[in-house]
Amino acid sequence: MRIKRIVNEINSTTTDSTIEIEKLDPVIEKFRNKKGNLIPILQATQNTFGFIPKDAFEYIAEKTGLLLTDMYGVATFYAQFRLKPVGKHIIKVCHGTACHVQNAGIITESIMEALKISDGETTPDNLFTLESIACLGCCSLAPVMMIDKEVYGKLTGKLSVNIVKEIQLKEKN
Amino acid sequence: MEKIKVLVGMASCGIAAGASKVYDKIFELKKLENLDFELVKTGCTGMCFREPLVEIIDHSGSFLYGEIDEKKAVEIFEKHIKNSEPVKDYVVKSDLFETSDAPYFKGQVKTVLRNCGVIDPESICDYEKQNGYKAIKKILNENITQETVIQTIIDSGLRGRGGGGFSTGMKWKFAYNNKSDEKFIICNADEGDPGAFMDRSVLEGDPHSVLEGMIIAAFAIGGTEGVIYCRAEYPLAIIRLNIALSQAREKSYLGKNIFGKEGFNFDIHVKEGAGAFVCGEETALMASVEGERGMPRRRPPFPAVSGLWKKPTNINNVETFANVASIILNGAESFNKYGTEKSKGTKVFALTGKIKHGGLVEVPMGISINDIIFKLGGGIQDDKKFKAVQLGGPSGGCIPEYMSDILVDYDSVNATGAIMGSGGMVVMDETTCMVDMARFFLDFTQKESCGKCTFCRIGTKRMLEILIRITEGEGREGDIELLEELAYQIKDGSLCGLGQTAPNPVLTTIKYFRNEYEAHIKDKKCPSYNCKKLITYTVVEDKCTGCVVCAKNCPVNAITGERKKVHFINQEICIKCGVCFNKCKFEAIKLS
Ligand SMILES: Cc1cc2nc3c(=O)[nH]c(=O)nc-3n(C[C@H](O)[C@H](O)[C@H](O)COP(=O)(O)O)c2cc1C
Ligand code: FES
Repeated sequence: MRIKRIVNEINSTTTDSTIEIEKLDPVIEKFRNKKGNLIPILQATQNTFGFIPKDAFEYIAEKTGLLLTDMYGVATFYAQFRLKPVGKHIIKVCHGTACHVQNAGIITESIMEALKISDGETTPDNLFTLESIACLGCCSLAPVMMIDKEVYGKLTGKLSVNIVKEIQLKEKN
Repeated sequence: MEKIKVLVGMASCGIAAGASKVYDKIFELKKLENLDFELVKTGCTGMCFREPLVEIIDHSGSFLYGEIDEKKAVEIFEKHIKNSEPVKDYVVKSDLFETSDAPYFKGQVKTVLRNCGVIDPESICDYEKQNGYKAIKKILNENITQETVIQTIIDSGLRGRGGGGFSTGMKWKFAYNNKSDEKFIICNADEGDPGAFMDRSVLEGDPHSVLEGMIIAAFAIGGTEGVIYCRAEYPLAIIRLNIALSQAREKSYLGKNIFGKEGFNFDIHVKEGAGAFVCGEETALMASVEGERGMPRRRPPFPAVSGLWKKPTNINNVETFANVASIILNGAESFNKYGTEKSKGTKVFALTGKIKHGGLVEVPMGISINDIIFKLGGGIQDDKKFKAVQLGGPSGGCIPEYMSDILVDYDSVNATGAIMGSGGMVVMDETTCMVDMARFFLDFTQKESCGKCTFCRIGTKRMLEILIRITEGEGREGDIELLEELAYQIKDGSLCGLGQTAPNPVLTTIKYFRNEYEAHIKDKKCPSYNCKKLITYTVVEDKCTGCVVCAKNCPVNAITGERKKVHFINQEICIKCGVCFNKCKFEAIKLS
């Protein structure tokens, strides 16, 4: 159930001095006083920082008058919002029905083994975050994964690990 | 002579299959050789199993090339584009000769997908050339009344394609009858059913058809503002929608006094979803647009009375809207001549899973499931045995092979315990475990339950726990009965469709595959060799030749052994993916 997400993340809402909170000003300017603005503001915040830092919640509350409780309630309800920093590349492995039938579990497990992290975790070098997602809409190419904006289809365990390794190699150089 | 036209299918699925590289190659060659032909990026024809697709239309006819990579693109460029010699080996469809893929097209009737893969989705001119925006212009030019438009939609028999199957015309009528100076038109593009992607294809391949449907709805009920609620997992659809919206605004098809009609004010904007399946439910969707947690509320009041911002609201699915323009332009009969008595028109299905020809098919209602899977879909991958087909996603159910001669219409499908849903058809073969499928769906609904209703929140969790224990070989006597009892309580005790239908995948699999449940519980065996806790892969020593293929392909390096010597699988590391089993040419891997 969605409520479960709160407990996991309550402690991890981080305060980070490297966050340039002023980057939010244009976002706030754009959405201030518009009805239904809460989700777009949080989406834009996440686009700015890659996640929603604790400071950002407070800053937005101060500037717009939105309630912290409302913001936190919404941020923990929707799967899209993250309250902790993520790696540079986000690996989203599809676990939709079509992908499940075509053995998507193996893709996640192979990458977990290769990167030595669990589903939902980030590698210690902050290069990769591994996530599961419900469906990318490319079901006929199942099993599918998305890294950043690129979708890869017709995967096997080995193939997916190779793709990840290739990115790793590029980053090292 | 007319210019040659080259179309490259560039929906997300095409791009994932490598269409960008193919497009870039052709683009580069075109520039290099300074040739004059039209190069267009289109949406998806639905023929996903042959992607990337390139279509060439020249003076002699049209040629659709399948499975094109950069190398083949060069060949086609040299032979066909430069020298007018089609490369027949790669052609999957042509109007000049029959190909082996012909059965996939036979029996399809394209209404919703009429423009997908045909036009450039980023060009409003292309859409208008295909009779685009003619329907709304016809209404305005011929002074057709709101009542007549609504009556035409009622007469067509169009029923909502988002899952509920409610009469679209009737819904419009309710919204029309409620007087208000502000009314909303919402397009539900949340497409939450994992395994369905027809809405994405329409949005990416023909966004203007959805806009026109919404504008007609706005005219009919007196709508003043439109919202398209699109899931964030479809970034390309959102981009193309926004392009289409600004083009329509430029032409004054959206905004104030649109189409030159005094007082007809209507504009649309896109709202990006934030990743919650329950937001596909209409009342939750509206809460989400208002910026709140997407929790469904009690109906009545229905959205037609009090919807978004408490104003009368009409909400329809993408595919529903995509049908509207053609009905208005060609009359109700053009739609209701297809289908069965109570389910009219055509429906798009997303064929996925263990099927040879995965992709989209648009067929008249009333065709049999067998025909879809075996005639259009080409049958089961690797010619394995067909076991069941899942319809309706997490709210639906599994229809077993022996019932697959039933006809797809709302009522026949409902009678099986499954639902039509949005049209996702996930095909399963003998290697798919039905208990595991039930567990998969419960895992999904359990996570996606918004938590408002106790039975849905806790009941699904308890059902999931039981299913997990069954698939892990810890099932107990009486578990099946316990599942059934919980299932009916959750159905009765939930407010919205999510909870009311969540137990369906479990109930249908118990109904049709009770023996599989019993095998797991009593014999601690998975008859499909699927449940990982109940299977092991081992090397058959006298068959292993030491070819190292298994060791090389193992994704987790669980297999050790020297060349020409018997190999060994470390059970501690093995993730039971079955790659070694499939790769071994000597049947030296045993599954037990
Ligand atoms: C849990 C749940 C999820 C739903 N998801 C969707 C969806 O993703 N897309 C959709 O069009 N309708 C979805 N619906 C159905 C909508 O509530 C609504 O009936 C539909 O958008 C109405 O449009 P239609 O009459 O054109 O089908 C869902 C319903 C429920 C209960
Ligand atoms: S189920 Fe994986 S892309 Fe749809």
